[in-house]
Amino acid sequence: MDLTLRVWRQRGPLDEGGFETYQAAGVSGDMSFLELLDVVNEQLVTEGREPIAFDHDCREGICGSCGLMIDGRAHGPRASTATCQLHMREFSDGDTIVVEPWRAAAFPIIRDLVVDRTPFDRIIEAGGYISAPTGSAPEANLIPVPKGTSDTAMDAAACIGCAACVAACPNSAAHLFTAAKVVHLNLLPQGQPERWRRVERMVETMEEYFGSCTSHGECEKACPKDISLDNIAVMNRDYLQAKIRNR
Amino acid sequence: MPLLDAKTPDGPIEDRWDDRKFSMKLVNPANKRRFTVIVVGTGLAGASAAASLGELGYRVKAFTYHDSARRAHSIAAQGGINAAKNYRNDGDSVFRLFYDTVKGGDYRSRESNVYRLAQLSLNIIDQCTAQGVPFAREYGGLLANRSFGGAQVSRTFYARGQTGQQLLLGAYQALMRQVHLGTVDLYCHTEMLDVVVEDGRAAGIVTRDLTTGEIASHAGHAVVLATGGYSNVFYLSTNAMKSNVTAAWRAHRRGALFANPCYTQIHPTCIPASDEFQSKLTLMSESLRNDGRIWVPARPGDGRAPDEIPEGERDYYLERRYPAFGNLVPRDVASRAAKREVDGMKGVGPLRNGVYLDLADAADRLGEDTVRERYGNLFDMYERITGENPYRAPMRIYPAVHYTMGGLWVDYDLMTTIPGLYALGEANFSDHGANRLGASALMQGLADGYFIVPYTLGDYLAPQLGETPRPADDPVFRDAEERAASETRRYLSIGGTRSVDWFHRELGKIMWEHCGMERNAGGLREAISDIAALKQEFDADLRVPGDADSLNQSLEKAGRVEDFFGLARLMCLDALRREESCGGHFRIEHQTEDGEARRDDERFAFVAAWGWADDGAPAMHREDLHFEYARPTQRSYK
Repeated sequence: MDLTLRVWRQRGPLDEGGFETYQAAGVSGDMSFLELLDVVNEQLVTEGREPIAFDHDCREGICGSCGLMIDGRAHGPRASTATCQLHMREFSDGDTIVVEPWRAAAFPIIRDLVVDRTPFDRIIEAGGYISAPTGSAPEANLIPVPKGTSDTAMDAAACIGCAACVAACPNSAAHLFTAAKVVHLNLLPQGQPERWRRVERMVETMEEYFGSCTSHGECEKACPKDISLDNIAVMNRDYLQAKIRNR
Repeated sequence: MPLLDAKTPDGPIEDRWDDRKFSMKLVNPANKRRFTVIVVGTGLAGASAAASLGELGYRVKAFTYHDSARRAHSIAAQGGINAAKNYRNDGDSVFRLFYDTVKGGDYRSRESNVYRLAQLSLNIIDQCTAQGVPFAREYGGLLANRSFGGAQVSRTFYARGQTGQQLLLGAYQALMRQVHLGTVDLYCHTEMLDVVVEDGRAAGIVTRDLTTGEIASHAGHAVVLATGGYSNVFYLSTNAMKSNVTAAWRAHRRGALFANPCYTQIHPTCIPASDEFQSKLTLMSESLRNDGRIWVPARPGDGRAPDEIPEGERDYYLERRYPAFGNLVPRDVASRAAKREVDGMKGVGPLRNGVYLDLADAADRLGEDTVRERYGNLFDMYERITGENPYRAPMRIYPAVHYTMGGLWVDYDLMTTIPGLYALGEANFSDHGANRLGASALMQGLADGYFIVPYTLGDYLAPQLGETPRPADDPVFRDAEERAASETRRYLSIGGTRSVDWFHRELGKIMWEHCGMERNAGGLREAISDIAALKQEFDADLRVPGDADSLNQSLEKAGRVEDFFGLARLMCLDALRREESCGGHFRIEHQTEDGEARRDDERFAFVAAWGWADDGAPAMHREDLHFEYARPTQRSYK
């Protein structure tokens, strides 16, 4: 198929950006979206122009590096799919595809489609862990965890930190990302000692960078790992309890 | 030929690590903060090392070229992590895990290291569970296990198909806790370009900030490299796009010996390439082999759809050739067997480049729900990539390069031949011999990072108390910075016509053709001259657009691909020198009558550790391997 791409190009965080148009001919449906960008870039390099910068690494939908707004949707048209796992068979001959970086005030553009997501690290740093210094752990089976609890924790822990939730949110809120980690750790018996401290610190760090949640639910729709909106409710409940307990 | 001393302790194997720990010098808790330790890489090995060293009180500087410490390729490991817990009461033990690992490595690993790895496997599971890694559990709330590629006991712990992700996030979270506490300074988007060696010791590193292009130096009392493997020398591999050999290679250039570069692992269960634009290959956990059956049509050139081929006209070739292990034979055996079928015109799929992996029998036996629970995410992934529904038709698989057993030579303490320079995880060569067993990479990365280097580093540092490392503005650092900067300028100034990716792809083709699943002397010699010719073209015709002062992904790749050229040559030399077949290294000239690998323990029971040579013949050092506990036998999985 033959496609037209309109891609956001921007030299640096303080430069003015704009769309540029590229033609991609003979695109195979088995190509991934990032392989399409590879082909366009190869062409640009051959012409002596600068290739489009975009973040990517594992190309298996697990490292969370990649993330593009494709036709206004975070990670593009296919549900539960990161950009790197999106294949061109989702598109049709003659389509024009608009490609933009994540748009959120907390994520300044580094170049073209690459943004700076360090506020996510700040949220984890604030409390997204269980303090278990190396060597101090008890025998693993001394801590039984009901299978259901463990499964629910795993559902939340599947978050890849790609930030599609923020990009999709009209308020640029990071509640889904934060809640996924809060719920993963707060559900487990190992996570109880730091439960209230964790949620309070993580939520308040989140609020330093990101907008408020008004329950639009766009984040859940955009999430390539199907992290459930329910996690936000659990986080909010824990946060409220924490504010009372920690007072 | 110079002999290497691994400084392995004597005495009964089960006491060696305890004895070594007791003999090590300690650094007083209050003095630890006087030492600066540089850790490069934040995968399983690097993140666990940096976190553990920070917890101990060292001043740690950790570096990653990713935008966050959570993205290293460890995250993509699917299947699981081994530990000799014997929770299943099926006869596992530390000794059995040790024995299986040495045997699986085809008797080319160091016994003492492997035994320690098996011992530490117990602590790893405890540690990760305490961190909140959501391992799979039984209804009683205790940890679940499964058996995994090549093992006859159920010793693999897993978190759905995302074990690597969960273990890495555990280590990353522990690391971020230390960042918050101020014991670790984390440098993201920062790539290591050189190791600085002064007075015969590692003194620090030179880095480039990938966002601003700034080249800077960092001084430390010791440098720990945990920078992963080099599968991407083949261009198409299951590694992440950015995975590279640069940190290890530049250490090699500064004098660290590089051991067994030809030992590469081909993983049997990857999704076959679909077209020429393919940028990487995707692995599907070989846990699928537990319940899946591998087959091809019995008749060459049979183009029928899989459901039209009756049972009697299918060849379940692994079950036929290896009745005892069947579909669970080790990776190297399974991979070569698949190649043989495809080469014999029995390949399946549009390009005839795969074999079937069929879970229909498992679905009948266990029910589709159980299959979905165990493998659902892998099925989803397969469908996303191929557009085919694996619940309806068997999946197609083919081997792909996946892991590299070779790496920087290290002694028992994980120190390279440069004092003060350590290598952990896949970046070193130590534990997997010529072939790595499934679910052992995660184990090794975490053993090295959580439980080995925090001890052994102290022994190196203790005598240096009171010594100030050479500061980062010392001329020795300035010279290294200038060298790094001039290389960067050179790439930008060539002004040729070909992209970095083009050269990478061409190099990969040479390596896959001649230094891949099967090798022979003629092919390897041809590869060496082809690599040299392509490298000349690279130097003359490379085009890197843009500048050095901002994010420039082509420029980053140029340095990595140049290092792959040097490595590729060394891999071929090593493969040529090793005139035997062992594990992942299969020399066509050295096979049994029925086509199995023929090892030569008389002549090749050693580690080949190579010195640096720009063009000429590099010097080979050797470490002889002794097997006192796991006596070499010809591996047989029949």
